[in-house]
Amino acid sequence: MVSRLPLSALDRKLLRDLWGMRSQALAIALVMAAGVSMYVTYLSNFDSLRRTVDTYYEQQRLADVFVTLKRAPERLTDRLRNIPGVEVADTRVVASVTLDVPGLNEPAAGLLVSVPSGTRPLLNDVFLRQGRWPDAGRPDEVLASEAFCTAHGFEPGASVAAIINGRRRNLRIVGIALAPEFVYSIPPGEMIPDDRRFGVFWMERRALAAAYNMEGGFNQVAFSLTPAAQEAEVIASVDRLLEPYGGLGAIPRARQFSAWTLENELTQLQTFGFLVPLIFLAVAAFVLNVAMVRALALQRPQIAALKALGYSNRQLAWHYLKWALAIALTGAAVGVAAGGWLGTAMIELYNQYFRFPELEYRLSADVVIGAVAFSLVAAALGARSAVSRAVQVPPAEAMRPEAPAHYRQSLLERAGLSRYLRPTTRMLLRTLERQPIRTGASVLGIALAGAVLFVGFVFIDAITELVDSEFQVRMRQDVTVSFVEPRSARVLYDMERLPGVVYVETQRTVPVRLRAGHRERTLAITGLPRTPTLNRVIDQYGHETLMPATGLLLSSILAEVLRVAPGDDVTVEVLEGARPVVRLPVAALVDDAMGLQAYLASDELHRLMREGNLVSGAYLQVDEARMSDLEARLKLIPAVAGVALTETMRQSFRETMAENINIQIFINVIFAGIIAFGVVYNAARISLSERSRELASLRVLGFTRQEISLILLGELGIVTAVSLPLGSLIGYGLSWLIVGSFASEVYRIPLVVRASTIAWTWIVVATAAVLSGLVVRRRLDQLDLVAVLKSRE
Amino acid sequence: MFTARGLTKVYPMGDVVVHALRGVDFDLFPGELVVLLGPSGSGKSTLLNVLGGLDVPTEGHVVYRDHNLTEAGEAALTEYRRDHVGFVFQFYNLIPSLTARENVSLVTEISTDPMTPEAALELVGLSGRLDHFPAQLSGGEQQRVAIARAIAKQPDVLLCDEPTGALDITTGVVVLEALAKVNQELGTATVVITHNAAIAAMADRVVRLADGHVSGVERNRTKVAARDVTW
Repeated sequence: MVSRLPLSALDRKLLRDLWGMRSQALAIALVMAAGVSMYVTYLSNFDSLRRTVDTYYEQQRLADVFVTLKRAPERLTDRLRNIPGVEVADTRVVASVTLDVPGLNEPAAGLLVSVPSGTRPLLNDVFLRQGRWPDAGRPDEVLASEAFCTAHGFEPGASVAAIINGRRRNLRIVGIALAPEFVYSIPPGEMIPDDRRFGVFWMERRALAAAYNMEGGFNQVAFSLTPAAQEAEVIASVDRLLEPYGGLGAIPRARQFSAWTLENELTQLQTFGFLVPLIFLAVAAFVLNVAMVRALALQRPQIAALKALGYSNRQLAWHYLKWALAIALTGAAVGVAAGGWLGTAMIELYNQYFRFPELEYRLSADVVIGAVAFSLVAAALGARSAVSRAVQVPPAEAMRPEAPAHYRQSLLERAGLSRYLRPTTRMLLRTLERQPIRTGASVLGIALAGAVLFVGFVFIDAITELVDSEFQVRMRQDVTVSFVEPRSARVLYDMERLPGVVYVETQRTVPVRLRAGHRERTLAITGLPRTPTLNRVIDQYGHETLMPATGLLLSSILAEVLRVAPGDDVTVEVLEGARPVVRLPVAALVDDAMGLQAYLASDELHRLMREGNLVSGAYLQVDEARMSDLEARLKLIPAVAGVALTETMRQSFRETMAENINIQIFINVIFAGIIAFGVVYNAARISLSERSRELASLRVLGFTRQEISLILLGELGIVTAVSLPLGSLIGYGLSWLIVGSFASEVYRIPLVVRASTIAWTWIVVATAAVLSGLVVRRRLDQLDLVAVLKSRE
Repeated sequence: MFTARGLTKVYPMGDVVVHALRGVDFDLFPGELVVLLGPSGSGKSTLLNVLGGLDVPTEGHVVYRDHNLTEAGEAALTEYRRDHVGFVFQFYNLIPSLTARENVSLVTEISTDPMTPEAALELVGLSGRLDHFPAQLSGGEQQRVAIARAIAKQPDVLLCDEPTGALDITTGVVVLEALAKVNQELGTATVVITHNAAIAAMADRVVRLADGHVSGVERNRTKVAARDVTW
C-alpha cells in the first residue's frame, strides 16, 4: 500500500519548481521583503507610539486647551470653570529663566512650572521617575525634566543655578520627572531638541509665585473639555474672558507644540508606512509578472499534460498562483523579521527625541497580518494575468511548440541605419522592441529603484539646504539674546560694551493675533531694521528678501493659512501692552522654510505699539576669541531671558541630523540596491532562459563568449541606461509629492536637487545592475552547448 | 464507445492556417485496440485530441457514450478527461520535477477508483524505478511511466500519440508490450497513433488517415503479439 503522502504530487511539483528557480524567486522575495519591512517598521512604530501617546495623555490628564496670559487673579478661576464645555480648569504659574549649569559654558534655558502644594496638578500631571516631590515650604526644591538630567548626568541631589526674576538662585533637584506636555521640547527659538541646553523644572506654586509676584494669581491655564464641548466656542470664551489680563490667545491641544509634533510624526509614519511599501510591492509585482510569464511559457508542455490528465483550469491556476504566493510569503517572513529589527532601532531613535515614562516597541499581530496580506495581494495581482493567460491555453495547443516569435526590423534599422549595425546588435534591438511591455516593465522597475534612492538623497539635500540657509544665510549673528521684558533701546549700548561684542542689532517681537475673515493665527510679529545685516529674512532657497517699505512681510505658509495675498489687509490684534487693534496691508510674501512668520519694519512696529524704541532682544556679532567670556557674562545678566548661540545650534543640529542621515542613507542604498539587483537579475535570467538556444547556436557558429555575453548584457545595459534618467524623473515627482505632504504650519522642506544626488543615484543603480549582470554572465559561461541544442524547445 | 461524424478542424499556426481534419468519421468499440496510421500532417493527432477532449472540432460532432463532446464546455471536458480518458504522448510529457511514483500520483489523487501508483508502475515493469526522476530514466522507461500514469485511473479508453515515436526498436517493443498487456488485462479500449506501418499488425482494427481524410479501414484477422512486431 502507498504510504499516505503529506503533500499532494502537485504541491511537491510546486516546491521543486520553486527550488529550481530559487535564485530568481529569492530576488523577487527580497524586493517584497524590502517593502514589507518598511511597512512593518513604520506601522509598528506608529502603533507603538500611538498607544504610548494615548495612554500617557490619558493617565497624566493632558489638557485640551492651553492659554498663557500676563497675570490674572485667582478668583477668575471660577468664571473660567463655568465656561460652558469646560470640565476642569487648572491654573498655574510659569516662568522662563536662564540657567547656569555646572559644566556647561554657555547659558541654558529653563522653564519653571508651578505644581500645587500637597496635591497633584488637576491637568498635565507630572510623572515622577525618580526621587520625591518638593517639600512644602522649601522654595529651593524642584523636580527636573528627565531629558535635561540625563544629558547632564544629574541625579536627585544635584543643583542648578537659575536667574529667577533678576536674582541668582540655586535649585536643588529632588526628583526627576516627565510631563505629557513636554514629550517633545526644544529650547526657545530653536529648531531641534538640545537636552543639554533646555530643562523644565517643577516648583511648588507658593515659592514660584512669590519669586514672580504672582501670589494670588496665575499666568497659565489649562482646560479639559466635556465630550460634547465645541472647542472653538470654548476658546473664544476663554480669550474674551482673559483679554483684560493679557491673554495671549488659547490654543487647542492640536496646536500645542509637543502634541502637534507627535501628531505630525504619527501622520508621517502612517503615510510613509503605506506609500513606501506600495512602491516596493508594485515593483515586486511587476518583476513577478515578467518572471511568471516566462516560467509559465517554459511550463507549456507540463500544463498541457496536466490538463490532459484531467486537471481543471482552476486547479492549475491555483497551483501556479501558489508559486507567487509562496514567493510572497517568503518575502513577508523576511520582511517582518527585518521590519521588527529596524522597528526596534527606530523606537530607540524616538526614545532620544520623545520623552515618555515608557516607550516600548510593540509589533502587533495586526501589523504582521497586514504586512502578509499586503504582500500576498501584491503577488496575486502580479501573477494573475500571467497565470490566467497560461492556463487558458487549450490543452492541444499547449502540446504543440509555440509558434516562432514575430520579429521585425528595429526602429534604428527602419530609420535606415541598418548597415551600421552588426547582426548581434540587430538581434539585441529587435528583442527589446518585440516585447515593449516587458522591456518597459524592466525599465520602470529599475527606474523605481533609482526613484527610491533619489527621494532619500533629496531629503538629505533638503536638510543640508535648510541648515545652510538657516545658519549661513539667515542667521549671521553669533548670539541671539532675548530679554525678560521689552527694554529701552539704550540696552544696545550695554550690549556693545559686553566682552567680545563687535556689532549689535536689535529686535522687537510682539505677540499678536492675525485675522483675515474667520481665519486667525496667534504668533509674534518680528520688527526688523529696514536693512537688517545680521538676522535677515530669506526664502527657502537662501535668497534674501528685502523688507517692504511699508506693511507686513508674511511667510507664504502663513499667507496660505490666512488665505491672503499681497495687497490684502489683515487685522492685527496686539496681545501685549495697550492691545491696540489695527488693520495692516500685506506688502509681500517670503517663501521661507520655517513656520508662521510675520515681519514689520521696526519703526512701523513701534508706531503701531505707540511706544518708543523698545527692544525684545538683540543679535550680537562676536569676536570668536572672547566668546567664552561673553557666555559667562550673559549667564549673570538678570534681564536676559534666553541666549542662543548660533554655532552651538548648528553643531547640535548637525550632530542630530548626521546620525539620522547616515541611517537613512544606509537603508536607502540597501533597499534601492535590492530592487535594482532584483529587477536586473530577473530580466537577465529570463533573457538567458529564452535565448540560451539562440546563444548556444551562435557559440556553435563560432562566436566567442565575450560576443554572446554582449548580446545578453547589452540588452540589460540599454534597459538600465534608459531607466536612469527616468528614475530621477520619477524620484523628483515622488519627492515633490512627499515634500508637499511634509509641509505644515511649522516648517516645510525645500525641494533641492544637487548634482551629486543624481550622480549617486545613478552610480548605485548601475552598480547593482553590473553586479547582477556579472552573476548571470557566469551562468552564460557555463552554457552547455550540446545539451541546450539537443533539448526540445 | 465513440461515434465521430464529419469532423473538421482548422487552426492557425503562426501566420499559416492548418486544415488538420477535413470531414472524418470514426468509431471505437469497447476493448478493441485500434491503430491510426498515417504520415505526419495527416490529422492523426488532431483526431486523437478531439476524441480525448483536448480539443474541439471546428465542425462535426463526437459522442462518447452519453457525452456529447462537441457541445461540452471547458469544465465538462476536464471532467470527461479526468474520469474516462488516459493519454500517452510521443514526448512522454512527464513532470520533470516529480518522480515516477509522484507522476502517477498526479492522476491517482484526482480519480475516483484508481489503482495504486505502485501497482500501475508494476504493470509496466517499473517496480524498481519508483523514486527516479524522469531525467534519471531512459526514454522507454519514461514512456512506460507515462503509460502507468495514463492507466492508473483505470480509464475506459487509452489514447496514445506516437508512443514509440521517440524510441528505438528494442525499447519501443517493450512499450508496445505494456500497451497490449493493459489492453488485454484491463480491457481498456486503446487507440494508438503511429506513422509506423509495422505496429498496425498488433491492432484489432487499422484506420488509415491521409491529408485529413480517412483513406481506409481494415480489420486484422490475426493479431501479432507486440514482442513480435519489428521494423
